[in-house]
Amino acid sequence: MNQKWFLGFGVLLTLAACAPTEQSVSVFLEENPENLSDWGVVVVAKSGSLALGQHVVPYDLNTPLFTDAAHKLRTLYVPPGRFANYRTSQALDFPVGSVLSKTFFYPKDDAGQLLNTKYTGDDFAGEGLNLAKVRLIETRVLVHREAGWVALPYIWNEAQTDAVLERTGGVQSLTLQLPDGDQQSFAYVVPNANQCAGCHAVNATTKQIAPIGPAPRHLNKVYPYVDGEQNQLAHLSDLGILDGFNPAEQHPRNANWQDERALLEGRAAAYLDINCGHCHNPHGAADTSALYLDLPGDDYTGGNSGLCKPPVAAGQGTGGRKFDIVPGQAEASILWYRMNSTNPAVMMPELGRSTIDHEGVALIANWINAMSGECKIEG
Amino acid sequence: MNLHQIFIALTLPAALLASCGEPTQKSASQSEMGQVNLAYQKQLQLQLLDAKPGDIITIPEGFFSFDRSLSLTVDGVTIRGAGHDKTILSFKNQIAGAEGLLVTANDFTIEHLAIEDTIGDALKVNEGNNIVIRGVRTEWTNGPDKDNGAYGIYPVQTTNVLVEDCIAIGASDAGIYIGQSRNIIMRRNRAEYNVAGLEVENSINADVYENVATNNTGGILVFNLPNLEQRGYQTRVHHNQVFENNLKNFAHKGAIVASVPAGTGIIISANDQVEIFENVIKNNKTSNVVVSSYFSIGSMTEAGIKESFDPYPEEIYIHDNIFEGGGNSPDMLEMKALRIAMFGLKGRLPDILWDGFANPELPADTKRLCVQNGAAEVINIDGPNGNKSPSMDQSAYDCTLPPLPEVTL
Repeated sequence: MNQKWFLGFGVLLTLAACAPTEQSVSVFLEENPENLSDWGVVVVAKSGSLALGQHVVPYDLNTPLFTDAAHKLRTLYVPPGRFANYRTSQALDFPVGSVLSKTFFYPKDDAGQLLNTKYTGDDFAGEGLNLAKVRLIETRVLVHREAGWVALPYIWNEAQTDAVLERTGGVQSLTLQLPDGDQQSFAYVVPNANQCAGCHAVNATTKQIAPIGPAPRHLNKVYPYVDGEQNQLAHLSDLGILDGFNPAEQHPRNANWQDERALLEGRAAAYLDINCGHCHNPHGAADTSALYLDLPGDDYTGGNSGLCKPPVAAGQGTGGRKFDIVPGQAEASILWYRMNSTNPAVMMPELGRSTIDHEGVALIANWINAMSGECKIEG
Repeated sequence: MNLHQIFIALTLPAALLASCGEPTQKSASQSEMGQVNLAYQKQLQLQLLDAKPGDIITIPEGFFSFDRSLSLTVDGVTIRGAGHDKTILSFKNQIAGAEGLLVTANDFTIEHLAIEDTIGDALKVNEGNNIVIRGVRTEWTNGPDKDNGAYGIYPVQTTNVLVEDCIAIGASDAGIYIGQSRNIIMRRNRAEYNVAGLEVENSINADVYENVATNNTGGILVFNLPNLEQRGYQTRVHHNQVFENNLKNFAHKGAIVASVPAGTGIIISANDQVEIFENVIKNNKTSNVVVSSYFSIGSMTEAGIKESFDPYPEEIYIHDNIFEGGGNSPDMLEMKALRIAMFGLKGRLPDILWDGFANPELPADTKRLCVQNGAAEVINIDGPNGNKSPSMDQSAYDCTLPPLPEVTL
């Protein structure tokens, strides 16, 4: 299934997807435009697709954030003549004037029913996202201004013609049809601008917002561009918008969490990195917990990895469990419990989901269950 | 009558009216209570987003219901209500967000309002300098319940923090919890019906005084937890009233406070340089004061605790408190048995209970626990040997320690 999915995804994209339009990008370095279309980054084209603006490059991650199983179209734009600098362990160092976007959408069937599916083959058609096959929910824009990055959430209108700036976020009631035919209803929460910073201020002391996804370890994969497949980092380098990338060298690469041929440990680490590491790192908002889940981090030991680590301020989040990770016993582990909850006082991550990522939970459970040893209590 | 009761009394007439078969005459406040004020939620969150340093955001008298967290990231902002019994931010209808209000900013003041019934924490301030929290009430109006939010007032990784004249009720962990912070004054607050009333954790230089902690599981906690960047020390606990903290522990197991025995007045765990003086500590059924190592929390593991962590309390100085009652009905089975074995059926445990874990690597004359408190006695319950040989030998505690400095902000 995974294999098929990847092939389908690749073929369709290679054929036609995400071809640039003539729409040029406008970078707003002062004000916050009311409409997403004002940016020209992603625009609804006459062909009935969501197309990319000029010099806008789509990208994908080895392992993405869950976000209620929403599909995502990610784009980056670097002003012509400028370039991002390569950084090994952080997001690429984009110049002022860069604009990143992430459009969240769900596939829909012919009757308009939204689907919870991993299959992305029908998402793309013609010049971009096929609006006959998907429903757009929100587009988050990150713009690099003189004073730093700013995060702006746009919510798509009912007619799917444009998205409107909603800095206070929003809530939408959604019902998805699961692969087994069951219906899943939930409140999809669009974060407010501060909550964007809640994840994107990966250093909670400086509180500076920064991109998370476009770091080498996430980008280091082949992407099916319109004109053929290529490694994303190499592609950006060839376009002249990435400096300092040497294709002859080894670059960090997170596993694809769904790739069953990859090592379980690597898949789990990649999953925790993108879903948790932006807060759970030694400088992040969750450094208060002493649990670090980021990659490439230090080899966290002595509690910081979560192994046999008692909680600091988990409150109800313990669910009656004593340690973050109990080797061999996923269900006795706080990590598993908090991933497997939708109670806002319990669940992790705190933001960005209203449903449980059952496949993610299963992956982490398998990983914990494969650990040996025990948490022996002293004293 | 406590404030909770006053609030009930105030709302009672409206409730009675409504129950008398006049649905059309429902009071405005009552209908508002069931509905989320989406327009006001958006307006207030926009104010928080657009705030500039120096701004004062005023929230008027009224009952405002929200369905999502509020958050502030701008430095230098004051949020001001009309009083903790007049300006009420209710999160009873909350569907998302791990706290009611999350602040990640410096030079922040919040005063004179209430935050009620949040799903998670009521007010969290994560990293910030110069934080003032004044006259704020955080409350779970349904009373103690394990599914209440964990913390009422929760500044963490803050410096120069003043929490005064606040009221914290019903938290399933700690009512007022200052963690991993430095330079702290916690004064004139009232904490009731929480698992932990007031807690200072992994913090340096804290002054806790003139508070009232009653009807909690444990009244005042001074803790150090492992694996964190900052080790806590130097806390003064004085001129507080700490009485009848006998509430059954309703924390989720695994939470650190779940290990606090019901009936604990003041408890020190793995912290150093704590001076407890001139408090009135009464009728806490397990013990008026507990001095404990991290071992007694029951979560000490070799794999999960950094080697650098010091699980032992040292330089604890208890003097000139007024003790009365307490120790007569301890929470844990071992303590119940120990009380009867040592002090008889009608006896009581002494005012100060030490778990007996002492760092063997320190010199013999290390001042672990000094007591100059009249007739008050210490029992060493011999935790390391499974309480086999508890001791009433007082000689080790007859020492003094230099007074800790007053905290100034």
